[in-house]
Amino acid sequence: MSQVNPEISQKELELNPNLMEKPDTLTKIFIRKFMKNKLAVVGAIFLLAIVLISILAPIISPHPYDQQNLLAKLQPPSADYWLGTDRYGRDIFTRLIYGGRVSLLVAFGSVLGAIVIGITVGALAGYFGGIVDAVLMRFVDVIISIPSIFLLITIVTIFGSSLQNLIIVFALTSWTGTARLVRGEFLSLRSREFVLASKTVGTKSYKIIFTHILPNAMGPIIVAATLLVGGVILSEAALSYLGLGIQPPTASWGNMLQDAQNYTVMLTAPWYPFFPGFLILLTVLSVNFIGDGLRDALDPKTLE
Amino acid sequence: MTALLELKNLKTHFMKKKANIPAVDGVDLTIQKGETVALVGESGSGKSITSLSIMRLIPSPPGKIVDGQILFNGQDLVTLTDDQMCKIRGNDISMIFQEPMTSLNPVLTIGEQIIEVLMYHQKLNKSQARTKAVEMLELVGFSRAKALVDEYPHRLSGGMRQRVMIAIAMSCNPKLLIADEPTTALDVTIQAQILDLMKDLSKKYDTSILLITHDLGVVSEVADKVVVMYCGQVVEEAMVEDLFDEPLHPYTIGLMGSIPSLDDDLDRLQSIEGNVPPPEHFPQGCRFAPRCPHAFDKCRSALPALMDVEGGSRKVRCFLHGDKEATS
Repeated sequence: MSQVNPEISQKELELNPNLMEKPDTLTKIFIRKFMKNKLAVVGAIFLLAIVLISILAPIISPHPYDQQNLLAKLQPPSADYWLGTDRYGRDIFTRLIYGGRVSLLVAFGSVLGAIVIGITVGALAGYFGGIVDAVLMRFVDVIISIPSIFLLITIVTIFGSSLQNLIIVFALTSWTGTARLVRGEFLSLRSREFVLASKTVGTKSYKIIFTHILPNAMGPIIVAATLLVGGVILSEAALSYLGLGIQPPTASWGNMLQDAQNYTVMLTAPWYPFFPGFLILLTVLSVNFIGDGLRDALDPKTLE
Repeated sequence: MTALLELKNLKTHFMKKKANIPAVDGVDLTIQKGETVALVGESGSGKSITSLSIMRLIPSPPGKIVDGQILFNGQDLVTLTDDQMCKIRGNDISMIFQEPMTSLNPVLTIGEQIIEVLMYHQKLNKSQARTKAVEMLELVGFSRAKALVDEYPHRLSGGMRQRVMIAIAMSCNPKLLIADEPTTALDVTIQAQILDLMKDLSKKYDTSILLITHDLGVVSEVADKVVVMYCGQVVEEAMVEDLFDEPLHPYTIGLMGSIPSLDDDLDRLQSIEGNVPPPEHFPQGCRFAPRCPHAFDKCRSALPALMDVEGGSRKVRCFLHGDKEATS
């Protein structure tokens, strides 16, 4: 292959010495950048542990999750009951790890759904603008103006509060923020020169939306998603508190917390509300840390 | 020689709430195969809108091609559907821009951005496209092209990015390359390299270039033919030697006069009096009349037509020249 002017590039290499090094593979760069954020690493390890323990719940747990023992109710933590027992004498540790399955599934499932809907609506509105934007955003306004807790209660009352229903309901009520965020990002990104440049080489609209603009908007979307995960875990707890969440005897962190919301229980067995509450706190916190780490690691502008 | 691109009475207007803004108002332009045509004019003269019209990338609404034809190889681009245009963009006509710093996608590697074009237009598979991408980068003068394909744009300098843009634009051997002020944002030494590169490539692949610029130095360097635009219209068209020997239109004379020169010992640069009028306030007659030192009564009442002069070798839109009887 002929070269038009080889000495130029040689000169530019000298001026720009970091170009001499062989670039690492993208995965390597990603991992290195993620590892730099210690909080994110701690969060990732913690979340991974929770997920693993939840998956392996039947193997790990010392008791069946719904086995009642009324003689040993509200026991403090002991060798037999590691984190104590609840009002019916069920092992709290066992119920926590089984509850993790439900809570995490609801949280991640519905956030995934919400993000997909939010990105689609926001991207279409922001990219095409005009009448498409007006129609979609008014629809978003309508959804936002319905108080979501009443919508949740209504849907759950009509269709029941099974796991799938909860995931669908949370996804359908929590995508609006993401849609607005994505629309804003797209509005500013679509007028950038690189979008025009990719149009001039014949790139189709859907490709511009998903491979050119969306990756540029990923940072804020990831942060929004991690915040949503926390929000959904808390909403599930709130629904359970109203008795509309996951129904006992199936455990979720939310309905365990609700079960503990009782004056006498809180006084006589403070560990009972403490453990599910603390677990929710730690999980939401580590998801947020991971989100921060992901955002930085995925941004090519902060390579080193 | 056959005409590769022919604009016939192209009119691109912007529909604003109150007024209809004629950004491009009846442009005729011919580009032969292998020819480099420079489109010159002040900011706001309609150069960029003309080029975007050829690509059919006018932001719409409010912009619209209201009249005229864009014949590319005899095919009228105005009548094509968007899908058909996508096949032409990048494959037959491609474009490079003024700002190399922002015209590459910051989150995609350079390789990904070239490979995408090759896979779409040339129907190559990924590894073929990658090989071709490396070849293209070598062609535009990168010696370590193999490593460069996995590099992100922010690690490159402005001149390097503009060469990457040229590599992307030339990857499918287009018949026409539209360069919208490709060197304006670069420093002088890099400018020369980029212009040389474009000249070499156009010769090698017989690619026509439509060079949009306001830099007459660049024009004299690379263009075969020059088209001068003012207020959305062509005011003069000539081969580059003729134009620099003897500019005919008072506007072209004014433009030439405003080039700083080392030989003349002037305290102040010459400039053309006044500003380009905004499109909603175009004067009735000749659009340059209010700023023209030679304007007479007729200029203020009637719009001159683009007339053949000097035996048809060049054209000018001015009552001072050519057939004095011809009016629009």
